[in-house]
Amino acid sequence: MDASKSRPAPAGGESTVARAGVADFLVRRSRFRPAEALPWIAAIAAFFIFPSQMVLGGQTLIMILFALSLDLILGYAGIVTLGHAAFFGLGAYGASLLITDLGWSEPVSGLLAGALIAAIAGFLSGWLLLRYRGLAFLVLTLSVTIMLQQLGNLFRDFTGGYDGIPGVNVAPLFGRFDYDIYGHTYYLYCLGVLLIVFYCVRRIVYSPFGQALVGIRENIGRMNALGSPVHWRLVVVYTISAAVAGIAGALFAQTNAFVTLGVFDFDQSAAVLIMLILGGAGWLYGGFIGAALYMVLQNELAKASPEFWQFGIGLLLIGVVLFVRRGTLGRVLNVSRLLQARTQP
Amino acid sequence: MVNTLVSILFDGLAWAMFLFIVSVGLSVTMGLMGFVNLAHGAFAMAGGYLVLTTMSAWGVPFLGALVITFVVVGAASVLFERVLYARLYGAGELDQVLMTIGLTFMAIATYTYFYGPLTHAIRIPDYLAGQLNLGGRSFPAYRVFLIGVGAALIAALWYGFDRTSLGAKIRASVDNRRMAQSVGIDVDLLFTITFAVGSGLAALGGGLAIQLLGLTPNFAIIYLVFFLLVVAVGGSGSLWGTLAGALVLGMADTAGKYLFSDAGTFAIYAVAVLILLLKPAGLYGRE
Repeated sequence: MDASKSRPAPAGGESTVARAGVADFLVRRSRFRPAEALPWIAAIAAFFIFPSQMVLGGQTLIMILFALSLDLILGYAGIVTLGHAAFFGLGAYGASLLITDLGWSEPVSGLLAGALIAAIAGFLSGWLLLRYRGLAFLVLTLSVTIMLQQLGNLFRDFTGGYDGIPGVNVAPLFGRFDYDIYGHTYYLYCLGVLLIVFYCVRRIVYSPFGQALVGIRENIGRMNALGSPVHWRLVVVYTISAAVAGIAGALFAQTNAFVTLGVFDFDQSAAVLIMLILGGAGWLYGGFIGAALYMVLQNELAKASPEFWQFGIGLLLIGVVLFVRRGTLGRVLNVSRLLQARTQP
Repeated sequence: MVNTLVSILFDGLAWAMFLFIVSVGLSVTMGLMGFVNLAHGAFAMAGGYLVLTTMSAWGVPFLGALVITFVVVGAASVLFERVLYARLYGAGELDQVLMTIGLTFMAIATYTYFYGPLTHAIRIPDYLAGQLNLGGRSFPAYRVFLIGVGAALIAALWYGFDRTSLGAKIRASVDNRRMAQSVGIDVDLLFTITFAVGSGLAALGGGLAIQLLGLTPNFAIIYLVFFLLVVAVGGSGSLWGTLAGALVLGMADTAGKYLFSDAGTFAIYAVAVLILLLKPAGLYGRE
């Protein structure tokens, strides 16, 4: 929405008509389109086609959820952070300590605990940090994540330090479905959680609030001038994003039955950023493509040699930046058009 | 008590000089082009390995290896700058962050492939290995040497920045790039030069750091955070800002580790976050 496309605001009596038009546009845009079923069909198909790969499948779904949380703030609100792993890690530790320290092992409430802890951290850090931009914000988010990691190491009696917390064993899902070594239950559990969270995130993104976020991303100065409460909107979306990342972290801890301070590593923040970018930010489905591609590539290449994998992902990233994000290939490969609603009314 | 204080000041100064040497190039390139270069640590790491190889494989003495490293990495960085970085001037910070993370990953993978993931050390010459007696107190000679190198570089950079026409052009371009361009300053060329010198200095710092920190391919990421902190705290594009940032954070880090052994690693981040919250553009930056 750059300046050249905007039209002068209609005066007087036309404004109600314009408002009705906008409302109509927002409602129409939010309707589900048939192509949006594809990722879910693929996820269910994968369950039947690759039954032996469901451990990897579950991890992929978790990373999709994590990337989805980043898409909210990066893709829609345009916030570039180097510390998103902080919320994933807090969610993972929240869910783990609930089981090992408090002895409460019901899985769904574990997710809510992870979400709550991450959301509180997201609210506080967002309120404090989101007034900064550029290098200061990058460095601040990076530093806060490292400080959390070191805090975990400092209280290692409580958190297990870098050795981690073993024995994060959750009770059967809904008291009925126990977990098998092939990860089948976990896969369906993750898929269910992803579906519910995705639905909520989609509602948020297509709401007027979501539209305001896009406005902030495209032109923060103009949104300020319009009187939009920019800072609070950013804090709210940052908090929601943190909560979703917390759920992903909690799922990660529950399905691995183990968590270490490695979840706070810079690599983790970088990995989720890479996944989202590989699939494309700002259209909700980027994480599905990116995380699936990343996890499968990692699984295959790291078998050959970890260096090949690291070299490959670096090369892929540079290629994506130079040729897809900033090149013609991006316009040719714009699959997002299939799934994304028209942006112009 | 006095002993501890002297030790903190001395070790903190040596650590600050290392941080300054590596970070100054990052600061100037960031100030000139606003380029968020997360691959700066990779240049430092590459410098460390080049010092290692020139010393162990070709038998070059330590000081000679440092000079060779500065020149070779500085020259090689021009290639990266022209081929990769130049395409992203004026791009969003996200693209810059992504591309330089990609570059860092490739560098780490390449060096792990050739040198292995284990820590390497070098044999520094005997005259740098012992203790040095200064004013009735003995100090590790290597750290005295590090402080000396840092002081010499500060003097040289001050002269270059403050007293030469090239330095005046750089300062003008940091202050207002478009104005500088419109009076005929070739900012792209300036950037290439500062990028090369900055990367060369990072490599030099990487070589100097082997003795202090050991050398693994992960050097490129582990210490990158410190360099970014120094630049952000000091204020990008400023020589004195980088020096101030390096001194504050170097001292804070050392003091933290001396005084609170366990919680000490916190100090550098806590101090940096506090300063950035109060002065987001850094100590010497303009709001």
